[in-house]
Amino acid sequence: MSSEARPFFAPVPKASGWRLFLKTVVARAYPRVVGQQRERSWIFFDVFLSILAVSAYVFVYRAIGAPEEYVGFVVVGGAMTAFWLNVLWSMSSQLYWEKESGNLALYIMAPNSMMAILLGMALGGIIATALRAGAILLVGSLIFHVQYAVGNLPALVAVFILTLAALYGLGMMSASLFLLWGREAWHLANLAQEPIYLLSGFYFPVKNLGFWVAVGASIIPLTLGLDAMRQLLFPSGAMLGFLPVPVEVVVLAVLCILFLIAARWLLGYMERIAVREGRLLESRR
Amino acid sequence: MRPPIHQSTTLPTTNLPTRWAAAWRSFRIATWLGWQIESNWTDPFLFAIYSMLKPLASAAILVVMYGVITNGQFQNPIFPYIYLGNAFYIYVGAVMTGVSWAVIDDREHYRTLKYIYVAPIRIPAYWLGRGVARFLTGSFAVLITLAAGVLFLHVPFQPARVDWLLFLVSLTLGVVMLALMGLVLASISLMIAHHFFLIGEAVAGALYLLSGAIFPLEVLPPWLRPLGFAMPITYWLELIRRSLLGDIASGFPTLSGFTNGQLLGILAGLSVLFGLMAAVTFRFCDRRAREKGLIDRTTNY
Repeated sequence: MSSEARPFFAPVPKASGWRLFLKTVVARAYPRVVGQQRERSWIFFDVFLSILAVSAYVFVYRAIGAPEEYVGFVVVGGAMTAFWLNVLWSMSSQLYWEKESGNLALYIMAPNSMMAILLGMALGGIIATALRAGAILLVGSLIFHVQYAVGNLPALVAVFILTLAALYGLGMMSASLFLLWGREAWHLANLAQEPIYLLSGFYFPVKNLGFWVAVGASIIPLTLGLDAMRQLLFPSGAMLGFLPVPVEVVVLAVLCILFLIAARWLLGYMERIAVREGRLLESRR
Repeated sequence: MRPPIHQSTTLPTTNLPTRWAAAWRSFRIATWLGWQIESNWTDPFLFAIYSMLKPLASAAILVVMYGVITNGQFQNPIFPYIYLGNAFYIYVGAVMTGVSWAVIDDREHYRTLKYIYVAPIRIPAYWLGRGVARFLTGSFAVLITLAAGVLFLHVPFQPARVDWLLFLVSLTLGVVMLALMGLVLASISLMIAHHFFLIGEAVAGALYLLSGAIFPLEVLPPWLRPLGFAMPITYWLELIRRSLLGDIASGFPTLSGFTNGQLLGILAGLSVLFGLMAAVTFRFCDRRAREKGLIDRTTNY
């Protein structure tokens, strides 16, 4: 045996510190991205189902003689529902599912950061969902002949990225809460669909809900994100907008920071409570 | 001689009264079980809030959309058309997916489908019973939505002018038809794992769009309208609107050429058709699921 040959049981180089953090992020994001390649029909169904909902609302607007720009509002809102559903079912509820399937205890036992796990879930979710949202936007725009007038592309991209960062920060934060709620998590996620579609103005300008309702709804990042994107995408968007775009960008940035800090704190709190009360391995079906 | 694979070995299949008694017992117990599953995850107050919020929010989305465009002209006949269609469509999601979801719940979540299969019960009656809880919560949601419409949004409802007989007959026929459609979906759900979330949603979504639940069928592109006329829910919702609104509903051109009797006949015929489809689909899917060993399969999807 030469001196350069590697012994059979040589230790695998271990990652630690930020390398371990990054490797964990990538490892948790990987199944999210690859998973949809394994089940491509899901992409079709996700796009198809969203287009059905979008079409129903578009035909309502047409039945009552709405200006064509409202059709565009519905298509953009319909595309963004993909992100909200992903945050609800694959971020907020995810730790609960992981507990049910037995993975949560493994995550906690392994020498990695739980924040890295959540961040990986978020990144993988964003990449996987962006494909669906893009498809919904494209198909909806083509079917209903939506006309866009983008005057400030960098601002639009910045608003989109900030919205997703804040939204997935909210998802990371609520993952801990949903885990503590246990069996109620499924119902709470189910409950947070239509009411949020209403309050965040997915299918109409949120300004129409009145100032204070819109202010309250702004805690959901999609409220201001959608409003800002519509202002930047449609000629009459600014007229129908709730707040000026720069103000909405600042609020989104603040929400982003707040949610990430809250996610980190809640994660620690959840772990302490769950370990103390022995709820990490319980399964209350 | 071995019994045919699709017949339960635990129940006598020749004695009709016994079969009906077993079916009734299965239905009754499944109704109780379904109600426990639906409601016991929280306290009654939170459950009531939960049952109200979703349907009210769905209705409010349409109300805001309508109000924004028409500046709040809720007296226009199109508004009660949209509002009532949306309110009664709650039954489609509740009953149809309520029945079919029982398969997924028992197989994937509670992992009890195999035990239910070996118990002395009638499976289709059991599934129908599981749908009753959703029917009850759906009825509550429909009532709340209607009350909100009448009290706050000027939906024209005058009890003395309602054709109650037509309403009750239409509602009963419609709910039976939806339960039978749910039975078809439940049978198909026995055979699939990867798409079970999507099958109920896809059917409910397609029906929402094509049945003219929230807009007259004339708004659809001409090539899609025939599909709308093929959907039994189109006729059911028209009957409900006519019974509750009278002339306001029959003023829309979509089905104005049909009398109430003709619409009832179409709905009854389609319900019988779905009953036959449910029987055939169940026999086929049940046999295939047993042959392929799918009854106790859990996929963690």
